[in-house]
Amino acid sequence: MANTTDFGYDSKIEGDIVVTRVDAAVNWFRKNSLWPMPMGLACCAIELMAAGASRFDISRFGSEVMRFSPRQSDVMIVAGTVTYKMALAVRRIYDQMPEPKWVIAMGACASTGGMYRSYAVLQGVDNILPVDVYVAGCPPRPEALLDALIKLQNKIQKEPVLAT
Amino acid sequence: MTAIELANQLKARFGDLLAAPVEFRGEVTLKLADAGRIAEVCEFAKKSLGFDMLLDLSSVDNYGDDPRWTVVYELYGMGHHCHLRLKTDVSEEKSELPTVTGVWRTADWHEREAYDMMGVRFRGHPDLRRILMWDGYPYFPLRKDFPLAGKPTEMPDIAFTKPAPLEGGPFVTVAGGKDTIAREPRVRVSESDAK
Repeated sequence: MANTTDFGYDSKIEGDIVVTRVDAAVNWFRKNSLWPMPMGLACCAIELMAAGASRFDISRFGSEVMRFSPRQSDVMIVAGTVTYKMALAVRRIYDQMPEPKWVIAMGACASTGGMYRSYAVLQGVDNILPVDVYVAGCPPRPEALLDALIKLQNKIQKEPVLAT
Repeated sequence: MTAIELANQLKARFGDLLAAPVEFRGEVTLKLADAGRIAEVCEFAKKSLGFDMLLDLSSVDNYGDDPRWTVVYELYGMGHHCHLRLKTDVSEEKSELPTVTGVWRTADWHEREAYDMMGVRFRGHPDLRRILMWDGYPYFPLRKDFPLAGKPTEMPDIAFTKPAPLEGGPFVTVAGGKDTIAREPRVRVSESDAK
């Protein structure tokens, strides 16, 4: 190094420094690569597939990597009717996901049981999981799912990471 | 060969065990008096009359009547393209009749479903477990005395159920309304309207 300087930073790289908080930086990393666990249980899964395909392209928001292993996923998208027979399997897969993790309840059935007021259907997946975003619709359009994803990203950006 | 001729051949073989064939809108129905001989009748229908296909096997709950159950067999022949319906009654005390899995292997899952939903047992079935609900579920949900909303059950680590909120019915509507908002009360009194 021929030129030593007394200043605390190098002027040549000054423009590349971003001053921020750790919370904000970590949340920014997290929210822009939310890998979904596609919990496709009924017709909503078809719209979920459409959201992943070329026309709607969920990869614009960093969520194109559908993980079929809960160990590698960040957000579970519960897309469809949750029957009681399936309920504990859904809960078990959620438990297998590493922290931090989030849940999107996609569609009327996953949110409230929908039209299935029945002995066989769980009346909303929030009976067994903490849901972050509910998406209305039967089934919701892919745009609605993308909107839910953006809402979840905004929520993640505000979450405290270190201050807990 | 028509379905009514085949039904008459079946009746000629079993005599008084079968009631006279009833034809309604081109469909022929035979009623079997003794459910205990259903396998025998089906065996003959398949081997000698060419009904090589079991389209469906279902059960009916005649709640309040005796006998309570009716088991319905839909037969079809791929050779002669005739359809035949067999019905037989089973009393609630007995709730059991012979399996026809020995005649048509497809009856296996049909009979499991009838057992799962209605609680009618099939004697001699190779694997009579529940097929839709889980093992250990205590009720038979398609029976008429089972509430649509369901009953609470608890099996730790396997499954649980709770009654569903029905708000007076599965689909609450008011007839005669001009539009959907007037016809569906749950939509009409939303939270924002109440305030």
